[in-house]
Amino acid sequence: MKLTNTLSRSLIAGSLLLGAQQVMAQDTIKVGVLHSLSGTMAISETTLKDTMLMLVEQQNAKGGLLGKQLEAVVVDPASDWPLFAEKARELIENEGVAATFGCWTSVSRKSVLPVFEELNGLLFYPVQYEGEESSKNVFYTGAAPNQQAIPAVDYLMNDLEVERWVLAGTDYVYPRTTNKILEAYLLAKGVAAEDIMINYTPFGHSDWQSIVSDIKTFGSAGKKTAVVSTINGDANVPFYKELGNQGISAEDIPVVAFSVGEEELSGIDTGPLVGHLAAWNYFMSVESEENDAFIADWKAFIGDDARVTNDPMEAHVIGFNMWVKAVEAAGTTDVDPVIDAMIGIEVPNMTGGTAKMLPNHHLTKPVLIGEIQDDGQFEVVWSTDAEVPGDAWSDFLPGSKDVVSDWTGELTGGTPCGNYNTVTGTCSGQNYE
Amino acid sequence: MTSLLRGDRGGWILFALVILLMVYIPIGNLALSADHPLYVSTYTVTLLGKYLCFALLALSLDLVWGYLGILSLGHGAFFALGGYAMGMYLMRQIGDRGVYGNPELPDFMVFLNWDALPWYWYGFDQFWFAMLMVVLVPGVLAFVFGALAFRSRVTGVYLSIMTQALTYALMLAFFRNEMGFGGNNGLTDFKDILGFDIQADSTRIGLFLASGFALLAGYLACRSIVTSRLGRVAVAVRDGEDRVRFLGYSVTKVKLAIFTFSAVLAGIAGALYVPQVGIINPGEFTPVKSIELVVWVALGGRATLYGAVLGAVTVNYLKTEFTGLMPEAWLFALGALFVLVTLFFPRGLAGFRLPWKSAK
Amino acid sequence: MPAFFFHAVAAFLLLAIITIAATPLAAAQDAGASDPFYEQAKTLVDASLKDRRGIVEQLAASDDPRLIPLLRHLLEGDLYYSKEDGELLVVDGDTDAVTSWLTDEAVEIGKSDRKKITTNNQLRGLLRDLIARLQLTNDDATVRYNAVRQLLGEEDDDTTETIRELIASEDDRETRELMQVVLDFERLSKEEQVEDDLFQRLSRRLEPEVKNKLTAYAESASPAMASNAADALEKIDARVRFYGHIETIFFGLSLGSVLVLAAIGLAITFGVMGVINMAHGELIMLGAYTTWVIQQWMPSNVGAALLLSIPAAFLVAGFVGVLIERLVIRYLYGRPLETLLATFGISLILQQAVRTIFSPLNRSVVSPSWMSGTLEINSVLALTNNRLVIIGFCLAVFALLSLVMQRTRLGLEVRAVSQNRPMARAMGIRSERVDMLTFGLGSGVAGIAGVALSQLTNVGPNLGQGYIIDSFMVVVFGGVGNLWGTLVSGFTLGIANKFLEPWSGSVLAKILILVFIILFIQKRPRGLFPQKGRAVEA
Repeated sequence: MKLTNTLSRSLIAGSLLLGAQQVMAQDTIKVGVLHSLSGTMAISETTLKDTMLMLVEQQNAKGGLLGKQLEAVVVDPASDWPLFAEKARELIENEGVAATFGCWTSVSRKSVLPVFEELNGLLFYPVQYEGEESSKNVFYTGAAPNQQAIPAVDYLMNDLEVERWVLAGTDYVYPRTTNKILEAYLLAKGVAAEDIMINYTPFGHSDWQSIVSDIKTFGSAGKKTAVVSTINGDANVPFYKELGNQGISAEDIPVVAFSVGEEELSGIDTGPLVGHLAAWNYFMSVESEENDAFIADWKAFIGDDARVTNDPMEAHVIGFNMWVKAVEAAGTTDVDPVIDAMIGIEVPNMTGGTAKMLPNHHLTKPVLIGEIQDDGQFEVVWSTDAEVPGDAWSDFLPGSKDVVSDWTGELTGGTPCGNYNTVTGTCSGQNYE
Repeated sequence: MTSLLRGDRGGWILFALVILLMVYIPIGNLALSADHPLYVSTYTVTLLGKYLCFALLALSLDLVWGYLGILSLGHGAFFALGGYAMGMYLMRQIGDRGVYGNPELPDFMVFLNWDALPWYWYGFDQFWFAMLMVVLVPGVLAFVFGALAFRSRVTGVYLSIMTQALTYALMLAFFRNEMGFGGNNGLTDFKDILGFDIQADSTRIGLFLASGFALLAGYLACRSIVTSRLGRVAVAVRDGEDRVRFLGYSVTKVKLAIFTFSAVLAGIAGALYVPQVGIINPGEFTPVKSIELVVWVALGGRATLYGAVLGAVTVNYLKTEFTGLMPEAWLFALGALFVLVTLFFPRGLAGFRLPWKSAK
Repeated sequence: MPAFFFHAVAAFLLLAIITIAATPLAAAQDAGASDPFYEQAKTLVDASLKDRRGIVEQLAASDDPRLIPLLRHLLEGDLYYSKEDGELLVVDGDTDAVTSWLTDEAVEIGKSDRKKITTNNQLRGLLRDLIARLQLTNDDATVRYNAVRQLLGEEDDDTTETIRELIASEDDRETRELMQVVLDFERLSKEEQVEDDLFQRLSRRLEPEVKNKLTAYAESASPAMASNAADALEKIDARVRFYGHIETIFFGLSLGSVLVLAAIGLAITFGVMGVINMAHGELIMLGAYTTWVIQQWMPSNVGAALLLSIPAAFLVAGFVGVLIERLVIRYLYGRPLETLLATFGISLILQQAVRTIFSPLNRSVVSPSWMSGTLEINSVLALTNNRLVIIGFCLAVFALLSLVMQRTRLGLEVRAVSQNRPMARAMGIRSERVDMLTFGLGSGVAGIAGVALSQLTNVGPNLGQGYIIDSFMVVVFGGVGNLWGTLVSGFTLGIANKFLEPWSGSVLAKILILVFIILFIQKRPRGLFPQKGRAVEA
């Protein structure tokens, strides 16, 4: 029984220690990095962790922030959603981080959201997502649906004269919402219901034979057909391989993807994919001073000349630079003044324009559409003239068309609110005073 | 109680520790100020509460694996079902405080254009009904599955693989958004439970205490089964199923009773887990989670109830520490731990000293 | 004006050819100025993507012999220009050798000094049509057939006219029939009354364009004609459905072959030895990574690298398997459920090891040319080559493995040990060695499966996780300890899945299959082909 005893004793002691680890005064400013380093999401999120480490290192080389050095606190939520919430609490409560950069999937964000709101933390979320959310404690540096999906469909409709649509996605909230929005949008544009095919597949779906064959049949009805793909992560490789093998070329049925970037392409033989499209707010191939410097820094930091950059990395860079600016403006890392200072801050993005933080905690972003090249890069074939402001609440969903978000209170009857119904004049779903 | 714990030293220690925690933690969290050296942070409270739920879950598995010889690779499914029943109650409690302010439908149904609440959500706004479902849903599923499997004498590895298929199928089903359980995002953004704010420290303490009580009660219940006649028959089934059958016992009934009870216990653990972590999603159904659960029990020591508790707490504590201390390498440590324990401590941590203590 | 233009082109062309032939070096400087085709081609360099379409259309009006190669290069993305002087260059996609388009001579130019003339989907579509139109008179019958096929449904009056002129002299039957379809289309568009023969002819065609044409026609034609068209459509639909079923069976076989490949190694380690090997998926993953590594070594020879990967993956995975057996599993015989725990730990370690060594990102494995493309049976049924290869590969692996198990000394010993260990030992079989080799064999076969999977899916740390449960299902459904059972069960589940999928969607199909297996096992607790004899209760 001796070991049992010792073990339980050390366990108790350990947990007490966790509690006692409350950080009071400190010489460094801590920045939380909450990205999965193991499990299914490690493939995407590890890169973002490295990006954050690089940014912190660069900032420290510049002399830190408010005269203090920055310190990155990295934890591994292991692609386990409840663990995300636990780690978020650990970062804020025990480590006392000033801001946290993290999450990838919608479910991980939903899991940590109550924690950030309860403890009044600060989260920067760098991934394109389904919208329908605006929290006081979260800054959404990725694209909202109107900054990715809708412009892409406009491009297909106007430039490629697409008349028949396949909306193919993985069965989770981002594709579901995006496709709902797109369906409403297409119907409003006069596309007939029978010209829209919607298909959902599970995560990691690997046998695409039947679905690709269905798409082929659907696309052979004499009208120009395109696939709008919200297929996630690992399922993309077998999907594209099957497209190539069944001889569907981009000229016949182009696929425009919202989740396939340079990093994903580096794991695919891109030869058969040339000409398929992706819509993002950043491409590595865009030539600008900021981007060239960023790419060079990244390759040097990671020590690999073949590594690529992608859109969520840019989102982290923008988010981090904005946070630094806001902290300098507020003169403190305290969350409330920083949140107030964030709105309206402008930093250059990597594509030669400017990113501005809007009162709904979303960014202005350019929308770019690129064709896949055989070297795994994208060639920009279309872009918006100016930056598009991110819209948290879609105008094409019946439930949210009347909802707006404004954390300055201007549009929301004076009181800052993330979910303000302009018809009933009420602010609902707030977890804080 | 004392008669149940007779000769169960591990059990006594467990009781003492859990009761100690249940006295100390509320004081440490609520009564002491944050800079007091003995202060317990809310983070620690929820963490310990989570461990207690996992301990109860491990207990339920140990009952069927350790004492009945059924290695269930799908016990996570019962845990998750209990969690979903609780999650549905918590969802209904949000009422019109969701982001869309819709009093009838949860948020995820609003933006996916559901018109009305599906029939299987009826009743979950009542606490008693939800609690009934916490017990009934896993119980009935275990009963039906068990009745089929045990009657046709599916045993051993086959049974294990079938339980794995069960939880895998449930996982795929709950991932589907058409099912009306929130798909991959699951159920989240809970506001309050029984009228108490779910984020308040006092509510967390309440849930922690409830988990503690549930663990102790579950322990006693398991103990009473194990020390009863039923328990002795169960062990006999484990060691020689055919002989028990030839002796005239109904093996099917014994297995069914214990398996169903164990599923109910797992369901309760899930129901307590959800309000403390604030989310339930189909990830809980993944077969890997159920395998991990088996590892906790094996590590702690199967067929010793307190061993299961010890294993659950140890592995999860190490996971908490390692994912912070060495995020890139913790899977190496965890993997190596499993291998080493299986090789060198076949009877788990609890059985560490037993070899030269018992005559065997 | 046009007449003058053509004359001028012809004259310049003649001049150009002569000068090129006579003084190749000087041509580069001189002829460029006096070569309108080249001048026009050069305007591609600075044009926007939209303007490039117009330029290409103008170029296509010329009858310059260099037209088709130019369009080809542009289509395939081989056409570059020098940043310095805007001269057109051709870069060989495989060897990266640069030649001047005009003189065909090798040019020394750095990567950063040249830029590709980019195309987009519309432009490539246009290029394909233009090339097809120019190829209607090609010498090769297949090229002509493909050209007509490409133009079908997009034909304009000019093309139809050309085809009308060509059809009489066309000696390839299939091409002629396809050309006839183009002419029939024209009649459907222009004539009120068409004879039954035409519908008869069209009803034998499977091209989707025919279906679309008839559908459109049936909506606008007079009732009598419309019903003729509808009859023809019905015949076409019946045949399309028939081929649809064949396609589904093929999809099922191909999914089945993947399942069998993934499971067959497990059929040995789990089925024959009784080890619940949770690291099986990771052994598959190791095989896939081996394929990638070997491809890195010989990047220019993809096909050979893939073939070489098969033995290499067998050795790598087999070696790791032997290590696992020697270090861990041999201490756990007779405790099958504990092998589950230990191997689960090993699977975590292997996953993280791969993440550490190769990074958590997926690795790109290139498919050799003989594994891409399709075997086209007709317009609605095309079997993908990679799937055909994998089905064949699966059967070959199975046959070889059966041979090993049934005909070799090792197979005999493996079976003996698995059926009755003490008796086998008493007969002088070194059971420890047999265990080691059996586990190595099963692991090696898992590695081979990884080579096949690398052609279909991601090569990444999560690869194994995706297949482990399916593999167990296949083995249990087929009957533990029975290779035949694994084969039959894999193909059955694959085909059943593919027949359910169109009706229920892919997720529900998978759930239904799982429920079916659960219920089936209640009925036949030992799978499709139960093992007989004393080993059953062991």
